[in-house]
Amino acid sequence: MNSAADACAPLLTVSGLEQSFGGVMALAGIDFQVPAGLIYAVIGPNGAGKTTLFNALCGFCQPAAGSIRLDGRELLGQPPYRIAAAGVARTFQNLQLFFNMSVRENVMVGAHLRAHTGLLAAALRLPRVRAEEDRLRAWADDALTLCDLSAWAERPAAVLPYGLMKRVEIARALAAQPRLLLLDEPAAGLNDTETLDLRELITRIRASGVTILLVEHHMPLVMSIADRLLVLDYGCVLAEGSPAVIQADPRVIAAYLGGAESCLDVE
Amino acid sequence: MAGFYLFAAAVLLLPWLGIDPYFITVVGVAAGLHIILAVGLNLLMGYAGQISLGHAAFFAIGAYASAILTTRYAWPGLLALAAGLVLAGSIAWLLARPILRLHGHYLAMATLGFGVIAHVIMVQASGWTGGPDGLGGIPPLNLFGWVVDSDTRWYAVMAAATLLALWLSLNIIDSRIGRALRAVRGSEFAAQIMGIDTARAKTQVFVVSALFAAFAGSLFAHQQSFVSPDSFNLAISVELVTMVVIGGMASTFGAAFGAIALTLLREGLVVFEDYEMLIHGALLMVVMIILPQGLFVGIGQGLRRVLALVLSRQP
Ligand SMILES: Nc1ncnc2c1ncn2[C@@H]1O[C@H](COP(=O)(O)OP(=O)(O)OP(=O)(O)O)[C@@H](O)[C@H]1O
Ligand SMILES: [Mg+2]
Repeated sequence: MNSAADACAPLLTVSGLEQSFGGVMALAGIDFQVPAGLIYAVIGPNGAGKTTLFNALCGFCQPAAGSIRLDGRELLGQPPYRIAAAGVARTFQNLQLFFNMSVRENVMVGAHLRAHTGLLAAALRLPRVRAEEDRLRAWADDALTLCDLSAWAERPAAVLPYGLMKRVEIARALAAQPRLLLLDEPAAGLNDTETLDLRELITRIRASGVTILLVEHHMPLVMSIADRLLVLDYGCVLAEGSPAVIQADPRVIAAYLGGAESCLDVE
Repeated sequence: MAGFYLFAAAVLLLPWLGIDPYFITVVGVAAGLHIILAVGLNLLMGYAGQISLGHAAFFAIGAYASAILTTRYAWPGLLALAAGLVLAGSIAWLLARPILRLHGHYLAMATLGFGVIAHVIMVQASGWTGGPDGLGGIPPLNLFGWVVDSDTRWYAVMAAATLLALWLSLNIIDSRIGRALRAVRGSEFAAQIMGIDTARAKTQVFVVSALFAAFAGSLFAHQQSFVSPDSFNLAISVELVTMVVIGGMASTFGAAFGAIALTLLREGLVVFEDYEMLIHGALLMVVMIILPQGLFVGIGQGLRRVLALVLSRQP
């Protein structure tokens, strides 16, 4: 798997990325490449800068220096909606569902960029608008099916159990048909069964050709599905490599709970 | 859309029910006007989650555009109405980017300021607006030769205009654009990440709600044949917000319900005219405390819950 993937050109190339908040260097010059078609995990202790990295990638914060290239195209400095149009979608560590909408409507918003209806056409409900609505609904239902959420489509997003809300976020991101999917701690708050289901879902998403960047603290999950890992600590890259290499890296072990080896173990 | 047809049927049937004609031609017409205003403001407030405490200003722009252009320059009514729409839409478009960058209290203050400035202009620019005394002698609206010069005709025009406003609002909300607006309210952050240009979405809805208000303003000017700053002061802006909130935010029919409720209330309270603002304020407080989701939406939810309970009790 790895050898085949290594041959691919990188989908994402990040270099020299710097982001500071006041005095805190949240990202202190990050470099890494994500080959297309892989599950690429980003791990690191709390406050290491993982979420900040995601925010920079999707245009939500403006890094002071560096470059973010998707397929050679520079994304840095673009507004979030342009970056979304370039093929980047994400989920959030703190849920950002649209609680004022149904599950299906949430996912239909995910497909926003695949449709074109403008304000005037919508207000007059032209026939092509109806056709496009049907298409949007079908796309949303595809994503819901993939995430095993079909039964919940009509429910208000606000009444779902927490684990399913996290799934809706994934479905919403998938409805955009992204090339790069950023998952920020998708397993946080999930029980064991839900985590197993999640692992299966992420594998399915990779199989459909989407490159995945995964931030996660759940080591058994990360080590079992990641093709490669990036370890961040205090905004710096501590290590990069395959799961086996990372698990054996003494610096990584030291960064996690001052050397408690167990927390990097798979079981 | 079932609600729309129901509403249309009610509007058509109302004149034949043998109700006191005053209630149909005066109260009904006023209610229609308020529905257009409230439904437009609801797009901005209820769905996109952006407050406007200066909405009477756009109502005024439509009204004064029609009043000034038809009386001073003898423009045909429909042309003046179109000019009012263009003017209100342009001003809304220019204001939207700087104003809608603000959130919460700041947005409330900024829109409030806009409403106050507009009111000052109406009072002070008396060469154009007639100042505090207002502007009279506005000719009746002429719709391609059909002159709207009787109460019955006004009822017909206002009914059509109200249904048009409702139809447009329902269409917008149940579309890609409407979902984008609701997404802005749900999580502006996530909306941006999903590819929505939120600044553009907010600008669009601000312009649309200004157009609804200006449209109502033009009709109002012709129907009253007189306009004065008193019809567009802060109290009116607050009343419009009250309609949206009372009906239940983010519900087109809720806004219409709120508009009708406040119109009837105003009718019932003519004797207490001086206390109108006080009563609206108290009403707003009580509804916010007891039924924060609004009367229309709240009662609807309550009924559904009772119904579910009754049905589940059955063997
Ligand atoms: N908007 C912000 N303003 C100020 N400081 C911030 C902001 N966002 C992040 N930080 C700081 O940047 C550092 C990195 O935070 P970040 O959220 O990226 O960490 P993380 O790796 O995602 O941690 P966790 O595993 O807890 O989610 C932290 O010190 C945090 O306090
Ligand atoms: Mg984080």
